[in-house]
Amino acid sequence: MPDKRSTTRTRTAKSPAAATGPGAPDGRLAVRKTYKLFIGGAFPRSESGRTYQVRAAGDATVNVARASRKDVRDAVAAARTAVAKWSGATAYNRGQVLYRVAEMLDGRAAQFAAEVEAAEQVGSAQASALVDAAIDRWIWYAGWPDKVAQVAGGANPVAGPYFNFSVPEPAGVVGVVAPPESSLLGLVSVVAPVIATGNAAVVVASQDRPLPAITLAEVLATSDVPGGVVNMLTGLRGELAPVLAGHMDVNAIDVTGVGHDGRAELERLAAASVKRVFAAGEDWTAPPTPRRMLAFLETKTVWHPMGM
Amino acid sequence: MNTESGTTAVAHRGWLAGAVGAEFSDAALRQVLLGLPGVDQVATNERVAGLATRSIKRDAKLWALTMAVRMVDLTTLEGADTPGKVRDLCVKARRPDPADPAVPPVAAVCVYPDLVRAARADVAGSPVKVASVATAFPSGRASLAVKLADTADAVNAGADEVDMVIDRGAFLAGRYGQVYEEVRAVREACGSAHLKVILETGELATLDNVSRASWLAMLAGADFIKTSTGKVSPAATPVVAHVMLAAVRDFAEATGRRVGVKVAGGIRTAKDAIRYLVIVNETAGPEWLTPGLFRIGASSLLNDLLMQRGKQLTGVYSSPDYYTL
Amino acid sequence: MADTVSTGSGTVPAAQVSWEYAPAPQERDFVTIAPSYGLFVNGEFAPAADGRTLTTVNPATEEPLAEVAVAGPADVDRAVRAARTAYDKVWGPMPGAQRAKYIYRIARIIAERAREFAVLESIDNGKPIKESRDVDVPLASAHFFYHAGWADKLEYAGLGPRPRPLGVAGQVIPWNFPLLMAAWKLAPALAAGNTCVLKPAETTPLTALLLAEVCQQAGLPEGVVNVVTGAGETGAAVVAHPGVDKVAFTGSTEVGKQILAASAGSGKKLTMELGGKAANVIFEDAPAEAAVEGIVNGIFFNQGHVCCAGSRLLVQESVADTVLERLRRRLGTLRLGDPLDKNTDIGAINSREQLDKIRDLSESGEAEGARRWSPPCQLPGRGYWFPPTLFTGVSQSHRIAREEIFGPVLSVLTFRTPEEAVAKANNTPYGLSAGVWTEKGSRILWMAQRLRAGVVWANTYNRFDPASPFGGYRESGFGREGGRHGLEGYLNA
Repeated sequence: MPDKRSTTRTRTAKSPAAATGPGAPDGRLAVRKTYKLFIGGAFPRSESGRTYQVRAAGDATVNVARASRKDVRDAVAAARTAVAKWSGATAYNRGQVLYRVAEMLDGRAAQFAAEVEAAEQVGSAQASALVDAAIDRWIWYAGWPDKVAQVAGGANPVAGPYFNFSVPEPAGVVGVVAPPESSLLGLVSVVAPVIATGNAAVVVASQDRPLPAITLAEVLATSDVPGGVVNMLTGLRGELAPVLAGHMDVNAIDVTGVGHDGRAELERLAAASVKRVFAAGEDWTAPPTPRRMLAFLETKTVWHPMGM
Repeated sequence: MNTESGTTAVAHRGWLAGAVGAEFSDAALRQVLLGLPGVDQVATNERVAGLATRSIKRDAKLWALTMAVRMVDLTTLEGADTPGKVRDLCVKARRPDPADPAVPPVAAVCVYPDLVRAARADVAGSPVKVASVATAFPSGRASLAVKLADTADAVNAGADEVDMVIDRGAFLAGRYGQVYEEVRAVREACGSAHLKVILETGELATLDNVSRASWLAMLAGADFIKTSTGKVSPAATPVVAHVMLAAVRDFAEATGRRVGVKVAGGIRTAKDAIRYLVIVNETAGPEWLTPGLFRIGASSLLNDLLMQRGKQLTGVYSSPDYYTL
Repeated sequence: MADTVSTGSGTVPAAQVSWEYAPAPQERDFVTIAPSYGLFVNGEFAPAADGRTLTTVNPATEEPLAEVAVAGPADVDRAVRAARTAYDKVWGPMPGAQRAKYIYRIARIIAERAREFAVLESIDNGKPIKESRDVDVPLASAHFFYHAGWADKLEYAGLGPRPRPLGVAGQVIPWNFPLLMAAWKLAPALAAGNTCVLKPAETTPLTALLLAEVCQQAGLPEGVVNVVTGAGETGAAVVAHPGVDKVAFTGSTEVGKQILAASAGSGKKLTMELGGKAANVIFEDAPAEAAVEGIVNGIFFNQGHVCCAGSRLLVQESVADTVLERLRRRLGTLRLGDPLDKNTDIGAINSREQLDKIRDLSESGEAEGARRWSPPCQLPGRGYWFPPTLFTGVSQSHRIAREEIFGPVLSVLTFRTPEEAVAKANNTPYGLSAGVWTEKGSRILWMAQRLRAGVVWANTYNRFDPASPFGGYRESGFGREGGRHGLEGYLNA
């Protein structure tokens, strides 16, 4: 029997995690979820076998995979493999895939709300509002792939018999350090703009509030998003972010999720491959702008003579 | 002894000489080949996609399935081939469906040169031809002398048809004269056997190259042009088949000689085979819908053709268990 | 010549069996056509106030399909007022992100009901199921999807930080792409925040009415989209209504001029997408196979009922004979017949009137001295049919080179140099589209620069995308539909 609680939008006191606590009110023992990484479209445990503990709903603690540098390596490899096909898909196709993700998110809104409530220690109404905002944010980005080139590209009127045009192209593999506190809205706000334009992402989820990220990975896995386009790593930010920043096959990195103190180190590591480094303090509730997409686009300009 | 091929080569030499002058230099051949109309990849993909929407049903489908069986070159080209394997192949080729004598035999069996003698014996008394690969198949990386010796082996063992490979390295390096000369020499060595020239389209990279290699092979005397060895991926595709069928059509227009096309490699289902027949019909024309001008090199395809044929006749979907290996 | 043909494997009989494709009919039961349809006003279907109706017919068989209401002035007035109320109270104030969600729903529902729409379109319009299924319906869905994404991004359209909608849009569309034209009109208007009164063509109302049902299914607030069926008078009433802020018309130049005259001084914003007589220019170095496909696609796609059809073939004289020979051979493989047969390439002409126009102009072609040719073609007994037709020896002064035929008739002219090609291509009061075929990139761009046409297709033809602006110069109209540029027509910027 499918768990109805994950398909309706009504709030109940019994979130899936709460039912795992001792003395579950209805007497039925829940089937607990194993929280794994999401790499290349599959859900492996960390190759290190290590986990760390995170508080879930109802004061339960759960074991979350603690990704290692080798997991980062594997995730980057998966992302690199995925980029060619994802960036080669038509913009229309990417838009449709992203919209499909929104459909799946909407279907699971109750589950997300319960997890956000537990992760961010907010009331249920607030959690619902955050989830709704995250879904609407995702839809905003779903409408961008087939428009970015019209806004960020165009013909340039050079002085000479040449046709000259600029097109934005995805940078390739983008590392993303997700915001530590905004476990879904902030997460969506940093991931969607990266992949909308054709990049593949390796995401370091919030260290203390990773569970919505794993559920988001489950949504992505069931939404026609090709494997490897988004890779979700849970673990210790201090262990993972520097590996991403130093990895020579990562083209760009969003370090918004790293506090100001930690950024200098990452920028230093990024310098060795001339990685593009982006950071922006955000009020996640404010309306987004295109800058998070533009930050991970390269502009290619082409010339061609015009002659008989 | 078929002198027609010799006369053909001379006639084409004349035609070509008219185009490039007496010198068959690489540069002269390049001018001719690069002077052929360009092939637009996007337009070709779209044309082929449009042809794939043709819906072939009932009588038309039955006709196509039966014709496809007649066009099969039943093939075994493995290092592990033995006379036993070849015998099984030949028995199947002569009588694809023991339960239904109305199923015609296939066009030919296709084997390595050292198994031609065995194949000859096993198809004796039937209309099934013996085709042999040759010229250091599949890579083509050997001297001309070795290639000609390979061809002679096949012909002397009784091959009716020879499937040679062109030197793709030479082609891509622009040594068109060498490619031309090799085809011409092998055609001569074939004598009365007919020559199929494998372009290995998967290595030629562009459709323009497929078009040019097609013309080069035809000018040098090919009786058939063939897509692939089946050992390299991608092998045959509807897109390269379309380009080659357009080339044979235009060649017939220009010279009066009809060259056949063989698609080989990766054609596993009856649905694929019918798609190819549609392309033949609407690109080269219905004149090419005959085993004399179109072949399909395949192995597992045959049983799928029989299964679909069975379904057309009985109305129910079949199972592989009812068809012999 | 002998009865046999020699090949490498011996001889084969010269007379080949020709492979007849058996009929491959698309099932009709995908769609249920009601005996009668009302107008869709304020979220509900209702008959016209005076009860008037017209009959829509299947042009392939002449069988009547349904009775459809004819909106009179009172109905048009009711529709405009419903649109105004919806604009003032609901749609105008609604945040863009919410409008987007409604429009996304419409896009998705069209995709879900795609086969139903395709079958209905082929039955009502006469176009082959292959086209309605593979082109019209997917593009219509895509159009809604693309524009949904603009609804909450208008500040990035290059029209200022806060572009506002115009109000109520009166939209009149033609019969050649009924569903797609409805999508081209409704999607940008709604995305920009306007409400709509749509008048489908007299002979093809059914998919617009199904689209109205989809709007209901999507929960679109009442009055945001209204569909008023009828004929010319209904259209005139819609565009003339003082409550309409924006008029968008796609149709003949002749009617477009009437609308312009009637709208003079009214202050209404206008978009006109009118006729064309496009030149499809083939240079001697064109990719040969592709160019022939492009010619065929250019004039025989949708039976030539396309405003941007490549109806004038301008072929470089040095290759004219070769190109025409290839073209004639290719035309021999076109299949004309039942639009619901999946193998049909050429469907029915949409109406008796249109068939008469095509015949009339074709006769003028012969009378004026051009040479007429068609491949052998079996025309069905009932229905409106015209075989693909080629006129060679045409010059610019012939009627068939100047007037839009809107049928499967290609006029072939020649040119010697690129400059002559440009001069001939531009020698028309129209300016909607043009085609250029050559392997030389510089020449493509040089030609594109000089051709006075709103759409230039290079080494392709009849390509449409919601992201690509479409529209003409001069008597082909003004304003653009699609792309960022297409939003401008529906915004006060």
